[in-house]
Amino acid sequence: MTERELRGLIEAVRKGSITRRQFVGTMLGVGIAAPIAGQLLMHAGIAQAQPASTYKGTKRGGGGALKVLWWQGATLLNPHFATGTKDQDGSRIFYEPLAGWDTEGNLIPVLAAETPTPANGGVSRDGKSITWKLKRDVQWHDGKPFTSADVVFNWEYAADPATSAVTIGSYKDVVATAVDAYTVRVDYKKASPFWADPFVGTRGMLIPKHLFEAYKGAKSRDAPNNLKPVGTGPYKFDSFTPGDMVRGTLNANYHMPNRPFFDTIEMKGGGDAVSAARAVLQTGEFDYAWNLQVEDEILAKLEQGGKGRVVIIPGGDIEFIQFNFTDPWNEVDGERASIKSKHPLFTDPAVREAMNLLIDRDSVQKFIYGRTGIATANFVNNPPKYRSPNNKFEFNVDKANQVLETAGWKKGSDGIREKGGKKLKVVYQTSVNQPRQKAQAIVKQAAQKAGIDIELKTVTASVFFSSDFANPDVYTKLFCDMQMYTTTMTQPDPEIFMNQYVSWEISSKANKWQGRNVTRWTSDEYDKAYRDAEGELDPVKRTALFIKMNDLVIQNRVIVPLVSRPRVRASNLKLKVPESGWDSDFWALQDWYRDA
Amino acid sequence: MTLPGTYVLRRLLIALPSLLGISIVLFTVLALAPGDPFGDIVSNPNIPADVAANLRLKFGMDDPVAVRYLRWLTAMLQGDWGFSFASRIDVDTLIMQRLWTTLLVIGSSQVLALLIALPVGIYAATRPYSLFDQVANTLTFIGFSLPTFFTGLLLILVFSIQLDWLPFVYRSDISATGWRFFWEHFRQTIMPVSVLALFQAASWTRYVRSAALDVIRLDYVTTARSKGLKERVVIMKHVVRNALIPVVTLVALQLPAIFGGAIVTEQIFRVPGIGSLLISAILANDTPVIMAVTFVFSCLVISFNLLADILYGWLDPRISLR
Repeated sequence: MTERELRGLIEAVRKGSITRRQFVGTMLGVGIAAPIAGQLLMHAGIAQAQPASTYKGTKRGGGGALKVLWWQGATLLNPHFATGTKDQDGSRIFYEPLAGWDTEGNLIPVLAAETPTPANGGVSRDGKSITWKLKRDVQWHDGKPFTSADVVFNWEYAADPATSAVTIGSYKDVVATAVDAYTVRVDYKKASPFWADPFVGTRGMLIPKHLFEAYKGAKSRDAPNNLKPVGTGPYKFDSFTPGDMVRGTLNANYHMPNRPFFDTIEMKGGGDAVSAARAVLQTGEFDYAWNLQVEDEILAKLEQGGKGRVVIIPGGDIEFIQFNFTDPWNEVDGERASIKSKHPLFTDPAVREAMNLLIDRDSVQKFIYGRTGIATANFVNNPPKYRSPNNKFEFNVDKANQVLETAGWKKGSDGIREKGGKKLKVVYQTSVNQPRQKAQAIVKQAAQKAGIDIELKTVTASVFFSSDFANPDVYTKLFCDMQMYTTTMTQPDPEIFMNQYVSWEISSKANKWQGRNVTRWTSDEYDKAYRDAEGELDPVKRTALFIKMNDLVIQNRVIVPLVSRPRVRASNLKLKVPESGWDSDFWALQDWYRDA
Repeated sequence: MTLPGTYVLRRLLIALPSLLGISIVLFTVLALAPGDPFGDIVSNPNIPADVAANLRLKFGMDDPVAVRYLRWLTAMLQGDWGFSFASRIDVDTLIMQRLWTTLLVIGSSQVLALLIALPVGIYAATRPYSLFDQVANTLTFIGFSLPTFFTGLLLILVFSIQLDWLPFVYRSDISATGWRFFWEHFRQTIMPVSVLALFQAASWTRYVRSAALDVIRLDYVTTARSKGLKERVVIMKHVVRNALIPVVTLVALQLPAIFGGAIVTEQIFRVPGIGSLLISAILANDTPVIMAVTFVFSCLVISFNLLADILYGWLDPRISLR
């Protein structure tokens, strides 16, 4: 999708010839995440229709107990130390950010009185400062008022390197200032097209100044309230056993009317995903279960229990295959897969093109992932506005054979193609995981028909995804020809997601293989587009740049996307949950209710 | 028998180097094992690399293994067990939170196992090769051939899913009060306790039976019978008492397991015990927690070994401890 087409669409929304929802849908179709689509419209001055809350409760409380099951229990309840989603979710019961993301990528105010926009003066013209207006009469659970001092304190707390907060990335390059008791200005070092990161979503939950002030910096571990959260959320803290149980009771002074519906909340941890699905779908012992990495076939069977339904929430995570552009088998200057080397086979575009044709994505979806993995041709799939319309995928063994034949790869007596003494033999690795091994087998079988011999390799997940850089099987090293895993998109904005192909992120010995560019493919065109997008304030141009980056990666066959992985949850049939693929499961916990 | 003070003292002194050795082995193995408690932080693109480096520095993880071991040892000797890397909570707090549940579930399963094993084993021994003995034998074989993860799932399928009688998710804090509190607790403990108890009872029954059979053939039992004592008195006073000596040692050696918890069963029923704490700590490479749990466990094994030895001498005066 070009910039001009985008502008046309936005204009159409303005005139009302297409709806906002249709626009977001179209954008999703071209690989643009919903939050970005929302920002496009917002920037164009099209007022964000405040999405009507789906909450039907008429009074606070009376809903009984809400019981949710996380098969990995929360281990800590300070949002600034929460690494995994389990900890973020546990904290989100009690703590709230200024705003959160809904599933269409709209920024919904929580502790903010309104979302900053250029129209209401919240977003400065140079894109360097954002002004948040806070809700008045919000109280912390201990009765103290919530003010701009608390917001500024969270910035100081997280930005202090001695605190060792995992949220530091969102706060260290900004400056927060209290304008008055209920206004906070956030100044950015450079023009920031995606400014909605500090104080927003899972990285924006706010802790009270009066309880944490003494524990800023090196003493952060000693704060007694690390274990006894006092927030502004719909539920007050009751008890906490790390890894097992978080319990909360209704906050009678909650700042939104008639909320929350439930009297208590219990977040139970432990066990495994299948039995968690069982407890919601089949026995109804629990109301909601998180992250069901279970084969769709099993989920469908459990769903017949009639107590609950499987909830599929679109997100940006993607299962994909990476090709190595460097030589993993020979050392150059004492380094395997050195950036100075070239991969003996994959540097030939024909080989990558053939591989792309040999990967049967429809079968991978149909026979392995079902509803939990949607076959795709794009790297960026969500929010929809970033999804490129320019790519299609095809499974065609004959065409692959033809491509290889034309490029001069001839079949030898053993049926394996070779050229210039190099045989088309590759090693394809992934983590130990049943669906992945099935997908590997599907690829291997098809490749065989085209004269490519694939050796399959599996690595235990705890090693493959570890940061133990002494181990050669860590995925960031890619010491083999191709590999497959899921890369996660933690933010609705693709900026961080797309740094996986820039030249300065190349994973190498020099950076202890912590670089994000694992394939070690480089392109000046890509680097330039990325640099441009970083500072581009016009969301339309920025979106077009991201689409261009996606297309460069896809059309050069640097990677082959397999399936996009939505979030999979289970919910009781009567439970109403506003879900979002861009924020914590509890991003709108105050709106959860049960139908009579 | 007089309790041999020097013997106990000597055994305790021998135990010290073994504990030290165990702790060194545990610590080194954990230090050498792959994995990193901050793996999540390192691989998350939103978190700058220096956060993990900072944390490692703060928690002293970059020091050489020997230095870290000595630091751990001195702290441990002063009663400081360290804190969990994952939850940043003191390890003793974490263990205490879960101790009660572990003692309740595992403890009652051991008691139940004894209550089954003793009468069944003794009754079977008094009537060897009778129908009862044959049935009991078959059942015990089945009992200890089936792993707990299988019986656990089987019970869940039957009692939770088919019949819908019992919950299969264990909750340590139940909000009900009064009788309902006890009733709910009872309901949720039935399945995990019976899974563990049946497994344990199976092997103990075999043991009790053979121990009783050994004694029942002895001359003094025949003498007791020919004195005209009632069969009940012969069995209870003369047979059981002597047959129990080896059983007591066996049970005493089993007791540390009550602390260690049952990893598999706890996982299946989501019982928040020490076993599930250990397994999640292992998965998260949370060294201080793994160290503490395994070390306390080895202390218990060693002391209960000693206890069993002393008990043995006390129950059977013919054995002298020197």
